[in-house]
Amino acid sequence: MIRVLRLSARNLVRYWRRSLLTSGLIVLGMVAVLLFVAVSASFKQIMIGQITDSMLGHLQVHQRGYVASIENLPLNLNMKPELVARVEALLREMPEVEAITARLKFGAMLSDFDETTNIRLNGVEPEREAAAMPLLAGRLLDGEIRNGLLEPGALLLPELLARGMGVQVGDTVVLVATNVDGSVNGRTFLVQGVLDAVTGPGGRDGYLHIDDARALLRMDAPEVNQIAIRLQDPGQTERVARRLEQRLGDIVNPRGQPLLTVHTWDQLTPFANIARMIDLLDLFIRIMLVGIVLIAVMNVMIMSVYERVREIGTIAAIGTPPGRILLLFVGEGVLLGVVGTLVGMLISLGVVQLLNVWPLEFAFGRQEIVLAPALALGDILWVAAIVVAVAAAASLQPAWKAARMDPNTALRHV
Amino acid sequence: MALVQATGLHKTYRTGDVSVHAVRGVDFSIESGGFVAFVGPSGSGKSTVLNMIGCLDRPTDGTLRVLDTDVASLGRREAADFRGANLGFVFQDFNLIPVLSAAENIEYPLLMVQNWPVAQRRARVAELLEAVGIADRADKRPDQLSGGQKQRVAVARALASKPKLVLADEPTANLDHVTALRIIDLMKAMRDEFGTTFVFSTHDPRIVDAAEEVFHLEDGRIVNGAGGTA
Ligand SMILES: Nc1ncnc2c1ncn2[C@@H]1O[C@H](COP(=O)(O)OP(=O)(O)OP(=O)(O)O)[C@@H](O)[C@H]1O
Ligand SMILES: [Mg+2]
Repeated sequence: MIRVLRLSARNLVRYWRRSLLTSGLIVLGMVAVLLFVAVSASFKQIMIGQITDSMLGHLQVHQRGYVASIENLPLNLNMKPELVARVEALLREMPEVEAITARLKFGAMLSDFDETTNIRLNGVEPEREAAAMPLLAGRLLDGEIRNGLLEPGALLLPELLARGMGVQVGDTVVLVATNVDGSVNGRTFLVQGVLDAVTGPGGRDGYLHIDDARALLRMDAPEVNQIAIRLQDPGQTERVARRLEQRLGDIVNPRGQPLLTVHTWDQLTPFANIARMIDLLDLFIRIMLVGIVLIAVMNVMIMSVYERVREIGTIAAIGTPPGRILLLFVGEGVLLGVVGTLVGMLISLGVVQLLNVWPLEFAFGRQEIVLAPALALGDILWVAAIVVAVAAAASLQPAWKAARMDPNTALRHV
Repeated sequence: MALVQATGLHKTYRTGDVSVHAVRGVDFSIESGGFVAFVGPSGSGKSTVLNMIGCLDRPTDGTLRVLDTDVASLGRREAADFRGANLGFVFQDFNLIPVLSAAENIEYPLLMVQNWPVAQRRARVAELLEAVGIADRADKRPDQLSGGQKQRVAVARALASKPKLVLADEPTANLDHVTALRIIDLMKAMRDEFGTTFVFSTHDPRIVDAAEEVFHLEDGRIVNGAGGTA
């Protein structure tokens, strides 16, 4: 085996120009794929992180039907305090859950005594919201965090809205809301901070204390309409969602249907489609790499066999077993793949290092995104294995042809 | 028992509608330790006969026994094994492996056809390099060797795995006269030293004299009866 490979290597060196060219092509393909994978994964991770760690959490629990009509911000699908307590007790038993926050989401009118506009608001318990949404505080552009997140009587406003109305931190504004019975109530609030907007639903929402929200809506009981859950390991999202759904299945409405639904973050934001698109691109570029390697290696191996017909005739006449001749040529293809893979891996790792020293910065909407591309060992090995396997497959047909050559005919070849 | 025994040997090539009767019923036998030449004009069937003896081609009719084996009945893979185990080849165009040095070319059959241990391989290669007189060029690649030197390497390679029989189809056709005679002398010396039977073909009457037994072929038939001695 080693001796056959050594002979394969010698033959590659003999035609070093085209070996170099073919390996170069493989290197190029490798680098393109690995860099794309690294950068797109980093982009995805940052975008998803923003969405799950500042707005949605990894999972959300609602009353059945709420998500379907979430655009209307209904107040008639709230969870009653006993139900919330039950769900929270259940969640506290699950070790995968890191933090939970219960919210009361509603729509209101915001007025600065000059102009009036619509606003979507989250009534939250400041400490719990901050614990479950660790990136929320980081979105504060102006003003400061107090009381864990915000104080009673204070308001965090989305930037676009604050700017459009000319409202500053420290200003007093009025919120007017219609409660579930249709009666209208208003209260004044102090603007405590201005939040940067992020992509996705809820990225342009305001925040206030949940007690203020209940007072504004004249709610008797402490109801909520959304429980957002942060997990220890985002990779477990699907699994935990299924388990939670199963456990919540015991809680049924009078008609015997489960009362609550569990949604994963990607079911709640259109960005999930962009993430899926990135995965698809990822797949396409990998398929392209397979194509490049296949064509490059096959081309060079067909040429190699064709040029060396008499040599093949000679070694076959001498009595070299067909299996060894096959191995000799497959070995050449595989070595091309291995060399290309190793060099491609090193260059990719080098470029990724450089991208971390001089990072890529993107303005995405109003946010500055600094990509931190990284190559997972698994990704590298996976791509490397594919390249080497494809190189072997590509040289199989020409090698098979060489192994099956009739020595007499091959020796007479001119 | 003769080393090679041919009776009523025929070979007809068919390409499309045309068929060429290259060998038309030849009988011959070659004894072990012989130094035998097939001679004749171009197209007389020398290569065809040698190829059949060398299991590179199968007779269409007649029997051919080489080393007590009915070689006409061997399959592709069996023929390859038979060649690897019992036969050596010297070619008109030397056919050395270009990426291997002289010593490595000689080592090739021991390494890639038979599986000799490294120490025995080294000893055998050194012995042959010495025997064919190119020990000083052992590390040179074929493109750094002259035609005569290449053919010396080829003879050494053919002898490497100690075959009973070496077949050489026109081994001197690409060499000048003086070098050609030297190669024939070398082959004979090797026969004397190792007892290997040599069968070669040529259409050069000047080197025919070196053969101990000559079969004259003409139009696919042996015309000098059974083995005229030169
Ligand atoms: N593979 C083949 N297919 C078809 N015809 C062949 C084949 N090999 C040989 N022949 C024909 O058989 C005849 C004998 O050819 P062969 O090569 O044995 O002659 P030769 O004596 O070796 O000639 P030369 O001295 O030119 O090498 C020729 O007419 C040749 O054209
Ligand atoms: Mg011939």
